[in-house]
Parts: sequence; structure tokens; C-alpha cells
Amino acid sequence: MRQSMSEPVRIGFYICHCGTNIAGVVDVDRVAKYVATLPNVVVSRNYKYMCSDPGQELIQQDIRENQLNRIVVAACSPLLHERTFRNATAKAGINPFCFQMVNIREHDAWVHTDKEEATTKAIALARAAIRRVPHHKPLEVKQVAVQPGVLVVGGGIAGIHAALTLADGGQKVYLVERDLTIGGHMARFDKTFPTLDCAACILTPKMSQVRAHPNITLWSYSEVVKVDGYVGNYRVTVKRKPRYIVEDLCTGCQECVEACVYRQPKFPDEFNVGLGLRKPVFLPFPQAVPAIVSIDPGTCRVFTHPNGCKQPCVTACGDRKAIDFSQKEELVEVTVGAVIVSTGFQIFDAKRVPYYGYGVYPNVYNALEVERLVNASGPTNGELVMRNGKRPKTVGIIHCVGSRDENTNRWCSRVCCLYSLKLAHLIKERTEAEVWNFYIDMRTPGKLMEEFYNRISGEGVHLVRGKVGDVYPDPADPEGQRLVLQAEDTLLGRVLKFPVDMVVLSIGLEPAADAQQVRRTLNMSCGSEGFFLERHPKLAPVSTCNDGIYLAGCCQGPKDIPDTVAQAGAAAAEAYALVTRGYVEQEPNTAYVVEEDCSGCKSCVPLCPYNAISFVEDKKKAAINEALCKGCGTCVASCPSGSIVQNLFEDQEIFSEIEGVLANE
Amino acid sequence: MSEKAWEPRIVGFFCNWCTYTAADLAGVSRMKYAPNVRVIRLMCSGRVDPQFVLDAFARGADGVLIGGCHPGDCHYAEGNYKMLRRYHLLRRMLGDMGIEPERLRLEWISAAEGDKVKSVINDMVAKIKALGPLGLPVRFQTWDGELAADGHAGREEVRHG
Repeated sequence: MRQSMSEPVRIGFYICHCGTNIAGVVDVDRVAKYVATLPNVVVSRNYKYMCSDPGQELIQQDIRENQLNRIVVAACSPLLHERTFRNATAKAGINPFCFQMVNIREHDAWVHTDKEEATTKAIALARAAIRRVPHHKPLEVKQVAVQPGVLVVGGGIAGIHAALTLADGGQKVYLVERDLTIGGHMARFDKTFPTLDCAACILTPKMSQVRAHPNITLWSYSEVVKVDGYVGNYRVTVKRKPRYIVEDLCTGCQECVEACVYRQPKFPDEFNVGLGLRKPVFLPFPQAVPAIVSIDPGTCRVFTHPNGCKQPCVTACGDRKAIDFSQKEELVEVTVGAVIVSTGFQIFDAKRVPYYGYGVYPNVYNALEVERLVNASGPTNGELVMRNGKRPKTVGIIHCVGSRDENTNRWCSRVCCLYSLKLAHLIKERTEAEVWNFYIDMRTPGKLMEEFYNRISGEGVHLVRGKVGDVYPDPADPEGQRLVLQAEDTLLGRVLKFPVDMVVLSIGLEPAADAQQVRRTLNMSCGSEGFFLERHPKLAPVSTCNDGIYLAGCCQGPKDIPDTVAQAGAAAAEAYALVTRGYVEQEPNTAYVVEEDCSGCKSCVPLCPYNAISFVEDKKKAAINEALCKGCGTCVASCPSGSIVQNLFEDQEIFSEIEGVLANE
Repeated sequence: MSEKAWEPRIVGFFCNWCTYTAADLAGVSRMKYAPNVRVIRLMCSGRVDPQFVLDAFARGADGVLIGGCHPGDCHYAEGNYKMLRRYHLLRRMLGDMGIEPERLRLEWISAAEGDKVKSVINDMVAKIKALGPLGLPVRFQTWDGELAADGHAGREEVRHG
């Protein structure tokens, strides 16, 4: 680097029009002219698009021709283009950290309407940066090695696809699934829109590949409990919950299930959302991966009965010795370079809309239950019969239950219109029932989706534009089985009453119940709805604000299977790029102790959440381990003797900014 | 000061991960709010040195707004709690110095809460307007003048570090 601290400061200032985004509100010419009058400023220009190649070239040319050694750009948020301009600065031979960015778009032009006020604010912010940069020092970017291996949290279709993509590329993948089997929600679906191909047919081969892949370690029935470290070096603790089966010894023969003292399945089957029954020892569903049984301590007599059980399951297992009632929870640790979060969603609890009678009237179902009822491997072997054993002759499907609703969830869940049409098709196909769909708006964007809508509406499914306001037992039905749906047909402008045998609630998608906990574990952010927040909605859709942590699937927001798989592929590519590059560059905003000023009071030592500060006994001084420091600056602000300095955020730099924003013109 | 109506000047110290990002979001969403806050970006609200706050008041700020991540959500685990401690101390200290404690405000604003940036800033501007100017630099001058008239030496320039 050619500049040194003794050289006189020569600042180049550039204000960006950003088309009319900035220049439409801020008088950029006036700002540039004002800045030109400030001390140390050699060049002050305005330009239409500073981030464009000619804009960057302008800076570089000025650096060369005017021997500039500090650059200030007033444009958009530094979170967007700081790196662009640092690179441009570096290309012309000066240290990239002798650069400062002023945010006059997001923080000024876009949020104010009065030109005079916005210009005054831009001037104040620019002046602060002009006063700040003389204190900037050349800094070096540190490279930190990235460990191989990627953790994928959540084994639904998103996690499965991401894991397989990475594993096929030669990366070691640890796939952690909370449930007994991978497959997630998709494994429970019957057919998938818009192609109506069977969910199991397209999903289960991928599930088997996960099990068979030499690069994938699958930890099912496990949860990530702790994540330490930083990008490239995440130390992950995974809790493996006891399933009372030794995974490596179980062959999945299910002879133990046959042998169980419970001759018949007796307990609600979670996989079939409670519509079927299972034994205490069970395989969640025939194509479960891993294909091993589990014992539920909540229902197994060994755990629940004071006299225990004769344990015929153990006898049936014989020499395989796969059953182990003494199994305990186990913690395993692994270090990975990147993490993909694909923890999915939960369905909206329809009980929260009491007037639809879910949980009150047995013939009101949610859509996931109907998925199981029409599924050939479901509790009724694919026959659509209701809880009363009858086939429905008329079915009402209510869209937007827990979506687009001020009282529950405001967002559109994106998949409900389409899966409602799919269910209408399947119900009609299986029962020849008359099906009525009640929708607010029919939303069918995406490839082949409008065609699918046209196809289904041509099949004789009734589509009524109107929100159902009430569901109640039909007073005309002596058996009290039929229900009346009351809705305003907004196209006819009339309130109508529809007697139906069965009501299907198209429930929306919500953040998983423990999304907040997952977010904290991985140091991510959530949007206001509770879905994980991507770094940038358009340009960094699978990244998070925590480097090396990526998002895939519905944990980031409701989406259909094609979009989920596409996003999972994108997350895998991002993680792959990081891990195969082998290093990350770290922002040099770490702190250090100026030994001669340190009084050795130790007040900083316990403040550091990363244990980066230690007390050197022989010198009686604090010392900061740069590799552990993450650059928050908390110790700097707390040091009573002012002996700790944070690079890029030195006291003098901040004081100059304060002075700059408050100075009178 | 010109003959225009007095407008409060507020210095904002926003953490990079939550509140600064939320202010960016407010911008991207084109929310409109009062132009009185000048934001200084720090990596964490834990970096806000009490001296920054005092210096801002001494240099003419009528209010100081500190924005950090919600409790439990700090990008650096607990820097925001460290700020919270200092905030309570600072408020008491400001009161003792004759500065209305309400001129210092600490808000937890997450990266998703662009609308909170808008409402907090508008609310704070309204409250500071109701309090009126703090005008410490002017008061310093007056006091210096009085001291000089009494034959004392003038006040020392504000110094740092």
C-alpha cells in the first residue's frame, strides 16, 4: 500500500444520483459543491450511477490523477455497495479501508419528501464522513480457513435436496431430522399439483438416496441444540433422542411390531395426523428413512406399566439384539463450514377460527388430514370415508383458513388455492362427490399453474367467490351429520347456504412452533411474520445475516415444492461455494488493547461473549485474541481508561462523525 | 440558526445488524418519517460509549436515539444488555446534570421492523419538539461569558481520548 499516515489527507467525494432515486429528492449538485469547500477535499463530484463501471472508473482515475488517499461515496446503504466501492478503491492502489460510505438513499432520499430537508440531511451525513475518513488507517483483510462439511437442519424435501446436491458434489453432509423419518410434509401428501404426480413416487427415491449416500450422515430423531463458532467453523452439538432401537442393528423387518403385546394398533398415529392407529413399536410409514422401528415410551408397557411387559418384541428381535430399553439421550459434536436451515413450517391450527367448527364437528377436516385420507398408504387405504364411516356426497372446501386474515395470519400461504384445486380433483375422482370451493381470490401463479386451474375448473368443480362466514349443523338433517356453509357469493352478490357432508379447511402455512428458538441457536433474524429472514429479498434470497448460514424451503416463507427444491439447490450451491473456496475474508473490525494505556482493571474480561479477552498476569494487562474477536466493540465502550481500540470504529472516528452531523453550516 | 422554525437535531447510534438494517428496510419500503435523525452506524449497540452520548449533547444534539437488537437477539449475544445498563446510568446522570432524561432514548428495533423505525423517529421528534431545544453549545457560551465577566478562565474546549 503506497499511502502512509504521514501523507497529507486528500479526499475524493462522490455523490450518486442513483438515477432519480437520490437526485429526485436530494440536490446532489448542492451537496457536491458544499463538500468541495470542506478541508482536505480535493475532488467533489456528482455522477448518475456511482456503482456502474464508469462510476467506479471515475474514482480510480481521480485517485491516480489527483493522488487521492481517502474516498467518500454518498449513495445507497453500505450494506449494499460498500464492498463494491472498497474494491474500486483498492484497484487504484489505496487501501480499501480508507473508504467511507454515506447512506443518502435508504436513510434519506427514500424516506423524506421535502427536498430542502433531505438535502440538509445529506450535507450533514456527508460532512460527518469527510471528517471521519482522515482518521481511517490502512487495514489488512484476514483470511480464515473454512472447515469442510455442511450441516443441514431439517429433512423435508428442502433438506433432502440440499443434502443430496452437496453430497453429490463430494461434500460431507450431516443431515439432522427431528422426526423419526425424513420426508417432512411432502411424505404425507398424496398427489402434487400441477402435474398430479404421486408425492411418494418422486420423494421416496430421494429419501433412499440420502440413506445410501456415502457422503451423508443422517441423524434422525435428533435436534441441533447448540451452535458455536463462526462462518467456516461452526461447532454444532446435536441431541440424539432415544428411540430404544439400536439403529445399526435394526433391519426394519418389523417382527417386533407383529410380536407386540398389543395385538391391534391402539394409539393415535402421528404420521397419519391422528386419523389412524399404531402400536407402541412402529415404523412411521412403509417407506420411512431410516427404515427402522421406534418405541414410544409414552405408550409402551415397558415404560408405562408398573409391572412392565413380557417384552415379546425382544424375543422376536432375537439375535439381532436391536431393542435397547436403556437407551439414553446422547450428544454428538461436529464441526462444519456452513449450515443450511430447512426446518419447514407448521400448518395453521384451524381451531383458531372457531366459526368453522374444526374440532367440534367431526366432519370438518383440515387439508392435511384429507391428504392422508385420499392417500393409498393412509389410514383408509386411499378411500375417502369420513369419521362416521360414510363417503361424502357433497364437499365444501374453504380457502384461506389462517391466511390473508387480519385476525390470524395476514400473509398468503401461496399453496392453498392450488392444493385446494388438487384436493377437489382427488375427492371428485375418488367419490364422485359434488365439490364446492370457496375462495377469496383464485391465486395460481407459476409455471403450468393457470393451466391446472383451467383443467380443474373444467372438471365440474364448483368455484364460488366468497369467504365462508359460518359453518353449522344442518337443522334439516335428523342425524345431525350434515353441515351448512354460509357464504356470500360476491359475484352474484347474494348470501348462499350450502348443505354439505364434509368440510375441508385449506389451512395456511406458519413458521414452525420453535422457529424463534432455532433462530436464536443459529443467530439469524426473523421477519415480522416469524419466517426466517433472508439477507436480501432479491439478491441474497438464501443467505442470512449470519455468514455461512443459508435458508431453504418454507422456513423462509410459504412456497410450493418446485420453488422449495429450487431454493434448496441454491442454498446448496452457496454453501458449496463457501466450503470449496476453503477460506473466508474477515472484516478487520476487531479490537486490540493499547498496552501502555491499560490499567489492568480487568473490567473488559467478563464482558466479551466470545472469551476473546484474557488477562496477561505477568504484564498485568488485558489482551484480545484477534481470532476470537467478532468486532462488536462492547469492550471498547466499557474500558475506563480508553485503552481498547476497535478498527474501523475508533473513538476518534465516531467523535468526528458526531461533530460532522452536528456542525453548523 | 436561521429564522426558520427550530427543528430538533437528533443523533442516532444504530447497530449494524438490527436497527440499521431496519432503517434500510424503511427506506426500501419508502416509508416517510421526520428528517431530524442523523444515523451513525456501529456494529453493536454495545459499542455506544457513554462519551458518544454526552459529546453529542455537548455539540448541539437535542436528542440521542440508540437502536439495538431485541433482548436475546443481539448479533453478539449480549452487547445490547451492556448498552441497557449504560442507558439506565446515563439517564440518571443526565437528569442530575439538568438535562431531561427523555432526550436519550434506547429502542430495540429488529431488522424486520422498518415501520418501528418510522414510528419511533416520528414519536421522538414530536417529544423533543415538545421539550424544546437543549442548546448546550449556546449555554456553554453564555456560561463562559458569565465566568469571564467574573474574572474566571474560560471553559476548556471539549476534548476526547
